Amino acid sequence: MTEPTQTGTAQIKQGFAEMFKGGVIMDVVTADQARIAEAAGATAVMALERVPADIRVAGGVARMSDPKMIKEIIGAVTIPVMAKVRIGHFVEAQILQALGVDFIDESEVLTPADDQYHIEKTKFTVPFVCGAKNLGEALRRVGEGASMIRTKGEAGTGNIIEAVRHARTVLGEIRSIQARPTDELMTVARDLQAPYHLVQYVHEHGKLPVVNFAAGGVATPADAALMMHLGLDGVFVGSGIFKSDNPERRARAIVKAVTHYQNPDVLAEISEDLGAPMTGINIDSLVPAERLAGRGW
Amino acid sequence: MTQPHIGVLALQGAFREHRQRLESLGARVTEVRLPADLAGLQGLVIPGGESTTIARLMADYALWAPVRDFHAAGGALWGTCAGAILLAREVHGAPPQFGGQQDSLALMDLTVRRNAFGRQVDSFHTPLQVQGLDTPFPAVFIRAPVIERVGEGVEVLARHAGQIVLARQGRLLASSFHPELTADARLHALFLDLAAAPLPA
Repeated sequence: MTEPTQTGTAQIKQGFAEMFKGGVIMDVVTADQARIAEAAGATAVMALERVPADIRVAGGVARMSDPKMIKEIIGAVTIPVMAKVRIGHFVEAQILQALGVDFIDESEVLTPADDQYHIEKTKFTVPFVCGAKNLGEALRRVGEGASMIRTKGEAGTGNIIEAVRHARTVLGEIRSIQARPTDELMTVARDLQAPYHLVQYVHEHGKLPVVNFAAGGVATPADAALMMHLGLDGVFVGSGIFKSDNPERRARAIVKAVTHYQNPDVLAEISEDLGAPMTGINIDSLVPAERLAGRGW
Repeated sequence: MTQPHIGVLALQGAFREHRQRLESLGARVTEVRLPADLAGLQGLVIPGGESTTIARLMADYALWAPVRDFHAAGGALWGTCAGAILLAREVHGAPPQFGGQQDSLALMDLTVRRNAFGRQVDSFHTPLQVQGLDTPFPAVFIRAPVIERVGEGVEVLARHAGQIVLARQGRLLASSFHPELTADARLHALFLDLAAAPLPA
């Protein structure tokens, strides 16, 4: 049963995602911010040109970042570096893989490149994370080869409500599948528009086949701890850190909140005196075209 | 025979996988997040994850000295991947903004180099010949460190492509790969034996 040495397998890619658990992945736009994130205890950084809050303000088409900036960030830190591509834009993904990026986020925060198809991710050696707002979407992405799933939330708003909604939807759907008899699973797969074997996996194990993180709207240590309590494995923080008054303190506090989410005494201590959080956006005030979570198919 | 009581450092990383594997072997497992959690344990596993993150959180929760004391009092320690880095006396490849220095427990006479096999696209799995095991161990290497130097009294248990990837020194075990990501529990069984063994007089 001796197999040769292999790279880029599902085991390697999903195993790498396991190493992020209980951790915080932070959006950064400069090498200096990446260094701050690493020093604060981030498990990885997401390199992008503009954080989601600024993408909202700037408007226009948001694309993969300049490779020069990504290389600077790769050179600045020793923790893994992630970067985003537009939904369906497999050439941007090929470029990021060639740059040596450790993880690719096929992200609804950027302007989609394809209105029907996501990237076929099994073709890549580099692992992918994708957003999902319900179980069918999550399992379709895993079926395409995603090694990690995150909630979509509503990025750049500093408002946790959508991330909570997506987490509760995915986790509630998992519980309801567990309760179904096995002879109903094909119909469940049809209704979810999800691969049958992945529905079987969820039924048997009561969880997604890959690591599941929170993202979109995390602004405070309490937000991060809330998402961990709901049953997610870790947290992405975007605009929440570098759009706040004191990024270093807030970054460290959010890292601690994810580790000690079950300890309200620790949470009380680390939530104190962090300065002003990012200014939030009430999601009800967003017109449909401004909602990022609706992107993805 | 009573099974040993083992802790898994649960600050960040693959601590749940270690917990499940140890429990499948009958061990009692406690997740360690604060110094008080070490009470009554015979062994502690430091999991894979990000060594810089785990080191940061160990400092924030004043865990360095209690873990060293735990070992001095006879507790066994096993570091996997990031955990192996944290056991080593000397760490190469630390981030420049940390002044090229990375904090570690400095308990095991090793020099470890971080990310020695390259970036994530270079991660791999391979059957590994391990001293004392009849058949190869399915080893998963993820942005793995290597052990560049071992001191006297450190026993090398496995090498990959000539590089040391598994070593033991007394009640200390370091692996640069991830046994917790496979279904093979033989190295966890080895660690339980180490933790349960009587202390030398």
